[in-house]
Amino acid sequence: MISRRDFLQATVAASAIYGASGVGNWAKLAAQQALTQDQLLDFNAMGNVTLIHITDIHAQLKPIWFREPEINLGVGSATGLPPHVTGADFLKMFNMTSGTPEAYALTYQDFSAIAKTYGKMGGLDRCATVINSIRAERPEALLLDGGDTWQGSYTAQMTAGQDMVDVMNALKPDAMTSHWEFTLGIDRVNEIVETLDFPFLGANIFDNEWNERAYEPYKIFDRNGVKIAVIGQAFPYLPIANPKWMFPGLSFGVRQDNMAELVDEVRAKGTDLVVLLSHNGFDVDRKLASNVDGIDVILTGHTHDALPEPVMVGKTMLIASGSNGKFVTRLDLDVQNGQIMGFSHKLIPIFSDVITPDADVASLIDNHRAPHLDKLTEVIGKTDSLLYRRGNFNGTWDDLICNALIDEREADIALSPGFRWGASLLPGDDITREDIFNATGMSYPNAYRSEMTGELIHTILEDVADNLFNTDPYYQQGGDMVRVGGMGYSIDVSKPIGSRLTNMTLLKTGEAIDPAKTYTVAGWASVNEGTEGPPIWDVIESYLKRKGTVTIDPNQSVKVSGI
Amino acid sequence: MNLTRRQALAFGGAAVTVTLIPFKGAFASEVGDAAIAAFTGGATVSEGGIDLTTPEIAENGNTVPIAVSAPGAVSIMIIADKNPNAGVATFHFGAMAEPMAATRIRLAGTQNVVAIAKMADGSFKQTAHAVKVTIGGCGG
Repeated sequence: MISRRDFLQATVAASAIYGASGVGNWAKLAAQQALTQDQLLDFNAMGNVTLIHITDIHAQLKPIWFREPEINLGVGSATGLPPHVTGADFLKMFNMTSGTPEAYALTYQDFSAIAKTYGKMGGLDRCATVINSIRAERPEALLLDGGDTWQGSYTAQMTAGQDMVDVMNALKPDAMTSHWEFTLGIDRVNEIVETLDFPFLGANIFDNEWNERAYEPYKIFDRNGVKIAVIGQAFPYLPIANPKWMFPGLSFGVRQDNMAELVDEVRAKGTDLVVLLSHNGFDVDRKLASNVDGIDVILTGHTHDALPEPVMVGKTMLIASGSNGKFVTRLDLDVQNGQIMGFSHKLIPIFSDVITPDADVASLIDNHRAPHLDKLTEVIGKTDSLLYRRGNFNGTWDDLICNALIDEREADIALSPGFRWGASLLPGDDITREDIFNATGMSYPNAYRSEMTGELIHTILEDVADNLFNTDPYYQQGGDMVRVGGMGYSIDVSKPIGSRLTNMTLLKTGEAIDPAKTYTVAGWASVNEGTEGPPIWDVIESYLKRKGTVTIDPNQSVKVSGI
Repeated sequence: MNLTRRQALAFGGAAVTVTLIPFKGAFASEVGDAAIAAFTGGATVSEGGIDLTTPEIAENGNTVPIAVSAPGAVSIMIIADKNPNAGVATFHFGAMAEPMAATRIRLAGTQNVVAIAKMADGSFKQTAHAVKVTIGGCGG
C-alpha cells in the first residue's frame, strides 16, 4: 500500500505550485457531525480563473444512491496509485474517517447503513445551486461538461437525450465533450449540436474518409484577462467499445501527436492556460500528461473516479470529479504570465438533503418527467440486497441481470457488459422501472441468445480483460470486466492476454468449461447491428414480476490474483 | 475454432473474424523477418529515425490507417508481421519527393506494424508499433 506521504510526493507536494484542496474542510465537517449547504460550498477563493467541472452524469437528473467501487485495480505503473485505491486504503490516503459523510461519498464500506444517514447524492437541480453559487462569486467561471451526459435513464431513453440537453442548457455550460452521446446515432448528435449555445468539442474525432476534423477541437476563452484554451477529447475507443454502425464515418483514437500539435497551436495563439476537457479515462490521461508537454489541467472523465485532491503528473494537474451528478469540482487558479502560480480545489459532494434544489431547474426536470411519471414510478419488484454495479468484477446489479438472462432466456451462461454507470439500490428498496433503466437505459439493449464454444467464451473474456488490465493505458478502454452469470473463473490480472483466465467452471454442474463444447449464452448490449432479442429491461421486468423480491448473495465465483 | 457468423454477431461484430486468427508466433515472425531480409539484403538495421503513426487499437482491422515518414529515406517498406503475407507495401521516393506516405492496411489480428526505411547512404532504420485488433463491445 502506498502511504500518504508517498502519495503526496507523487502528487501535489512534488509540484512547485502552491495550493490547497477541500479535504481539510471535509474532515472538519465530520467532526461537527453536521452538514450545511454553506459548509459544502465553503471555499478558499483565490486567483483569477475558476473552472467548474462535472462529468459522466449519465442522465441522472434526480438524486441517487451510488456506491463507489470495492475493487478498482491499477496495473503496471498505475498499481496502487489513485484512483486505484479503495475503501480503507482510500480513507487512509486522504486522511478520512470511516462513517463520515466523505467516507460515504467516496468509498463502499458499510454503504447500506451509512447511506441512510446521509441520504441520496446528486440531482442536477442541486448541482445547479452549487454552480450558480460559484458563478455569483466568480461570474467569469467556466463550466465544463466532460460528456456521458445524454444517456443512462428512462427519460433520456424516451426523449433521445432531449431531457438532458434542456436541463444542461439551463446550467449554461461553456463547452462539452462526448462518449455515449454518439450512441444516440450520428444524425441525432448533429441535430442536438446544431442547437447548442456552446461548443461540442472533439479534437480526436475525424471524418473517416478524408481524415478531417468532424467537430471543433478547442475553444479559446478570454476570462478576467486570462486566455484559456479548452481542448476537448472524446472517448478514444467509441467505434470499438460501442456500436460503430451508429456513427459511421467517424474515427476517434487517443491521437497523442494530434494533441501535442494542438497544444502547440493554442500556445502559439498566446493562451495563458491550457485545459484538456477529457473523456480518455484517468490512466490514459496520466500517460498523455507525461508524454505531452504544455497541458496545465486535465479534467478527466470516463472512468468515473472521484478524487478529493488533484493528481500532479509533471506540471499537469489531473482532476477527477466522479460521476452521476454526485460531485461538482471547483478549481480556482492564479494564472500569471502563462503560469499557474497557485490553486485552490474542492470536490464538492452533492448531498441532496443538504443542498437546496434550484427552483427553476427543479421544475424543468419535473416537467420533463411528468409525462413519464406513471411508467417511471411503477414498482416492478423489490430487493433484499444492496444492488450496485461499480467495481472491476461482478456487482450485485449485474448478478441480478445475469440471473434474469439465464432464467428468462434459458441459457447456461450470461454475459453483462462492465459498464461503470448504473445507480445503486439499498436493501429493502422497491425496484421501479426507473431503477431498471438507470442500470440498463441505452440504445442497443437487445438481449441475444447464442451458442458459443468454451474456447470462444474464453477468447471473449480474455479480450475484455486485456481492455482493462493491459499495462499500457493506451490499450485500456476504461470499462470494467464483463460480468458473468452461470460460470465461475479465476483471473490473474498480472498475466498477458490469453493467459489471464483459468478454471472456467459451469456453476450448475461444477464441471470445467470444455473448449470444444457448445454452451448457450445470453447477453445484452452487443455492438453489432441487427442483434435480435427483447430489450434487456423487458427481460428484467419479466423476471422481477415472477420473483417479486430478489436476494443476491455475495458473488464467490470470480477468483482474482496477481494484484 | 468453429466460429459461425451468427456467433460472431452475437457478441462483437465483424472484428471478431480477424481477432480470432490466433497468434502464429514463430511462423509469422519468420515471414516478417524474411520480408525484411529481402528488403535490406541482410544489412544491419538500426532502431528509430522513422515517424510511424498507427492507432493503438484498430477501429476496423480490415482497414487500419497508417502514416510513415523518414527524413532522408529513399524507400520505406511496411511489414505486418503476423499477416499471412507480411509485406504490406514498399514506397519509393524520388529525389524531389518528401519521404512520407499514408495508406490503409488490413491486419489479421493483433500484431506489430513495422516500417523499415532505406536511407540515401544505403543504411537501414526501423520502427515498430503494436496495433491491437480487439472484439470490443464492453467499454464504458
